[in-house]
Amino acid sequence: MNNIIVLPMVIPVLIGIILIFLGPYTKAQRWISLGVMVANAGISIYILNRIQTEGILRLDFGGWTPPFGILFVADSFSMILVLTTSIVTSVCLIYSFFSIGKAHETMFFYSFVNFLVAGVNGSFLTGDLFNLYVCFEIMLLASYVLIALGGRKVQLKESIKYVAINVLSSWFFLVAIAYLYGTVGTLNMAHLSERIAEAGQTPLLTVISILFLTVFGLKSGLLLYFWLPGSYSAPPTAVAALFGALLTKVGIYAMFRVFTLLFYHETSITHTIIGVLAGLTLIGGSIGALAYKDIRQIVSYNVVIAVGFILVGLAVATPEAIEGSIYYLMHDMIVKALLFLLAGTMIYLTGTANIDYMSGLIRNYPLLGWMFFIVMMSLAGIPPLSGFIGKVLVGQGAADAGSYILLALAFISSIFVLYSLLRVFLSCFWGETIISVEDEVPLKKGMLVPCVLLTLVTIGLGLGAESLAPYVSDAANTLLNPDVYIDAVLND
Amino acid sequence: METLIIILSGVLVSVATYLILSRSLIRVILGTAILSHAAHLLIMTMGGLKDGSVPLLGEEASSYTDALPQALILTSIVISFAVTALFLVLAYRTYTEVGTDNLHALRGFKDE
Repeated sequence: MNNIIVLPMVIPVLIGIILIFLGPYTKAQRWISLGVMVANAGISIYILNRIQTEGILRLDFGGWTPPFGILFVADSFSMILVLTTSIVTSVCLIYSFFSIGKAHETMFFYSFVNFLVAGVNGSFLTGDLFNLYVCFEIMLLASYVLIALGGRKVQLKESIKYVAINVLSSWFFLVAIAYLYGTVGTLNMAHLSERIAEAGQTPLLTVISILFLTVFGLKSGLLLYFWLPGSYSAPPTAVAALFGALLTKVGIYAMFRVFTLLFYHETSITHTIIGVLAGLTLIGGSIGALAYKDIRQIVSYNVVIAVGFILVGLAVATPEAIEGSIYYLMHDMIVKALLFLLAGTMIYLTGTANIDYMSGLIRNYPLLGWMFFIVMMSLAGIPPLSGFIGKVLVGQGAADAGSYILLALAFISSIFVLYSLLRVFLSCFWGETIISVEDEVPLKKGMLVPCVLLTLVTIGLGLGAESLAPYVSDAANTLLNPDVYIDAVLND
Repeated sequence: METLIIILSGVLVSVATYLILSRSLIRVILGTAILSHAAHLLIMTMGGLKDGSVPLLGEEASSYTDALPQALILTSIVISFAVTALFLVLAYRTYTEVGTDNLHALRGFKDE
């Protein structure tokens, strides 16, 4: 039964609708939405294992064979991301139980989280370009609401910009789809790939591919990240963690899909542009991470640096580099959620976001401090932790492809990541304590437990990279050989 | 015919770009609405504006116009409807809360 691959999208949609009717019953809402995410994680592990034995799974909706109907395609790459999404969302939900507040919970917060996850999972699973657009919109509409929910001044200001920029990028997406449909006359990704290969990617198609690059660059913050630090600083911590972990990653996923499955013929043009953009993103993100004293801004610019790093892997497109990018993508979703949660907890404890006014937190909150230390090491790519394997593989790929400038930028950016977070660590956790015993805000267990869970996941991901290797190499294999994907979709 | 529609949608895009770059929030929203019109016209044109019957099987015609772009436009219209409605409400709320619709005054977030 292939019907199971629709569940990661359908369950959150249905549950999101049901939760609307459970408005005042916050306890029920909490347990149901947590249950959904855990169930999703279980389902995606099951599908992931089935893909290893049976190859890529697909589900044609309504029995219409591709290319005529919409379909969902589950390969290792998309299922790895669905699994990571479920884990991250479960943890962010646990954090929000204890931090988000009654006002949010009764105003359909959990419904919108479910819709957000539905959009994200749908984007990962779909095999149709216009369906991808629709899933993007589901995700974005939920995120518009989540960013503005609460209605503080700063949220309203930032949500206006966020909505405006995303309306613009959705417009670019529509235009790109219109041009592509006008040129090759289909919307199914596998069929598109075949037709583009037949046409040999004419200059017109390359222009369209650059239009797609603009769209996904806006969504993922590849160079066009000017909207990102503001929007990710405004919402409550749990929401910011979800955004930081999921939203840009969907753009990255779409970019990987489009540039490995559809437009892989003119790599000297498109992949060079991606490489240049990734390099500039690394530089810009590094400057931003050092320039601010607001901890939320520092964390947001770290998201930007990671986007640049992952796309270095796509730009050089050797097998190692793609594998490295996939490892790094998983690692980054988990660690960025953890980083946002820790930063949010620090702001909650001290009442300020400026690192100059925090000091000596480690005396009062040792566990929090050491978790921050671990996340910093993990982001910088220190060996036993999860960031290491991705960085090594991307670096190896870049060296093999001879892109030494990108290699240098990618690794220098790691130093900047380390420095920016070390600055936070030294300034906030070390030094004289500013919180006396009487003023000490008790750190709720509910805020600590999710952080501990994610820390364990990042350590586990680092130590257990070996057991993940078959899934990741299968994902990289599918990405590098579009024929595998096309065969699974069209020739059955 | 295609050329004419393409030019029209180009005009719409330039008008929309001009509006989006202006300082007043409501003009930005008008700009995004016009932008979506341009995109929808473009999708329709890219599907081809050949002569043919409306895509209804009861018409018994020898050829029909392409039905797929019409479905795409219909989907995209409702989505942009929803987004525009949300955007308008958001703008109204921001106006009552912050007291201005001047986008220059909405910069930065130092007040919190």
